[in-house]
Amino acid sequence: MGGIRLQRAISFLAVIGLVLLSAALISATSTDQYQVYLLGNWTAPFGIVLVLDRLSALMVTVTSVLAVGALWYAMTTNTDKKGEHFHILFQLQLFGLNGAFLTGDVFNLFVFFEVLLLASYGLLLHGNGRLRTKAGLHYVVINLIGSTLFLFAVGVLYGVLGTLNIADMAAKIAVAPQEDLGVIAAAGLLLLVVFGVKAAMFPLYLWMPSAYANTSAPVAALFAIMTKVGIYSIIRIHGTIFGSEAGELAYYYAPWVLGLGLITLLLAALGVMAARGLREQVAYLVLASVATLLIGVGLMSPAALNATLYYLIHSTLIAGAMFLLADVVLRGRGTYEDRFESGSCMPNAILIGSVFMIAAIAMTGMPPLSGFFGKILILSAALDDAWFAMITSVVLVSGLITILSMARTGSLIFYKVLPEESVPASECGKPLNRMAFIAVIGLLLASPVLVVFAQPITAFTEATANQVFNSAVYIDAILTTPAVTEESK
Amino acid sequence: MEWLISLAIGVLTASGVYLTLRAYTFPVVMGLTLLAYAVNIFLFSMGRLTVGLPAVIDKTAEVAQYSDPLPQALVLTAIVIAFGMTAFLIVLALKARGELGNDHVDGLDVESESHSNKGVK
Repeated sequence: MGGIRLQRAISFLAVIGLVLLSAALISATSTDQYQVYLLGNWTAPFGIVLVLDRLSALMVTVTSVLAVGALWYAMTTNTDKKGEHFHILFQLQLFGLNGAFLTGDVFNLFVFFEVLLLASYGLLLHGNGRLRTKAGLHYVVINLIGSTLFLFAVGVLYGVLGTLNIADMAAKIAVAPQEDLGVIAAAGLLLLVVFGVKAAMFPLYLWMPSAYANTSAPVAALFAIMTKVGIYSIIRIHGTIFGSEAGELAYYYAPWVLGLGLITLLLAALGVMAARGLREQVAYLVLASVATLLIGVGLMSPAALNATLYYLIHSTLIAGAMFLLADVVLRGRGTYEDRFESGSCMPNAILIGSVFMIAAIAMTGMPPLSGFFGKILILSAALDDAWFAMITSVVLVSGLITILSMARTGSLIFYKVLPEESVPASECGKPLNRMAFIAVIGLLLASPVLVVFAQPITAFTEATANQVFNSAVYIDAILTTPAVTEESK
Repeated sequence: MEWLISLAIGVLTASGVYLTLRAYTFPVVMGLTLLAYAVNIFLFSMGRLTVGLPAVIDKTAEVAQYSDPLPQALVLTAIVIAFGMTAFLIVLALKARGELGNDHVDGLDVESESHSNKGVK
């Protein structure tokens, strides 16, 4: 393990730098200008482009903030020493995520997906364990199938449209002949399946709870953004290609996303209720938040997308905090681990329990924290939808189920805690790692921040949503970006 | 040529899907490999099947038709990625075999169910 201190220093400085850089990216997008970078100075659609707009900048920022929390927790609990190459895989994961958020080319998106997946395979299996290997095998196989389907969809789209640049594809679909529309629609839905695997959409979510529940806590926390990559891809690819310009195919995928989102939400709520351990329960809570986001995307209006993005920031950071908190509980309970059995001995139970209550309030969407406002925004955006009654009842009923389940969890774990003197020390958990607990608190602070600064944040997400819906400007900005010449340098 | 290629893609995909749905890791790996082959040929054929056409090399040459270079680049990328992923999956399958004690994808103890395997352990 020589040089772990150096690795830690480099890794941590890199994520801090990433936070600063993404803050700069956010301010660079505030003028509504698209920042287009032509790789190899080939103009679109012939070369690969990297595109920075408000949506990309937002995603990169959320990722970097989450990464700081996860990395801090990994370092303070020595998780990164449990196997080789943790920091390299961690940085590669961030590289893949940021690349996926910034690319403007569908095949390049596939490549970045593979980069982030390969890093995630390594991270998921980091630290060994029987259940971890089993869950990892499922995760790898389902994602390999997803990659194959991605290539099939990309192949069809290239065969029909003759381009892979997202902006150019959107422009070509607008003028596509009638007989090609069926093939394009099928390829679009195939892409939806691929992103559904990433986002853990019904019926493709079965890999997700066991993979997230059995991996190490910092990795699970970082993976809170992985499901959002799927959501982002649906917003970016489908929202642009099959946007308002697409004629007959405009938003034809939205009912699928909405319907499957509703089913996912119900099943996730049942999963939260049926979970046998805290980590599994948190994984289902992440699934519920993903389903809520899918509903927001499926509503397909700027107001709904605004709400979705607000809820996305909230749910990613709070889910990360919840995974770390579940690990804190697990470490504190000794032989009881995170199973729902009462009567363990747990040092600092009052502090951990109080933080758990606040996190549960944020996660289940109760006032006064940000989950409540996110859900209110999504529901009020759904008011005009034909499915309003359905959406409201599913969201509210599943919300009630999760609140009840979390209340039960809290009382089972924290109400009957035995004093440390009454049980043998071997059965008692380790005392609280206060340095590691900082990461939990830090990520949880996102919730009050999102409430206090709700006005500027929703102003930003509103501008983002409007920018996404204005896909004509996106197409125009990318296709007209000139190559850099000697004079312009 | 078209029907041969499409038949090959179809057979490879069907076999790949069938094998991927098997319950043991080795057929699953084989199935994923076949699926990767199928998608590679599929991607390649998406540049349209052409015979004897030049690549885009010469700027001055006046050719009405040329073979599309982009799918070839895509296939190269896809081959490399699929190859790497398959290698990783095989190592993972071996690790699972070692840790779970059998090569079932769910790590189940299926020996009690199949009588023919009794006594092998």
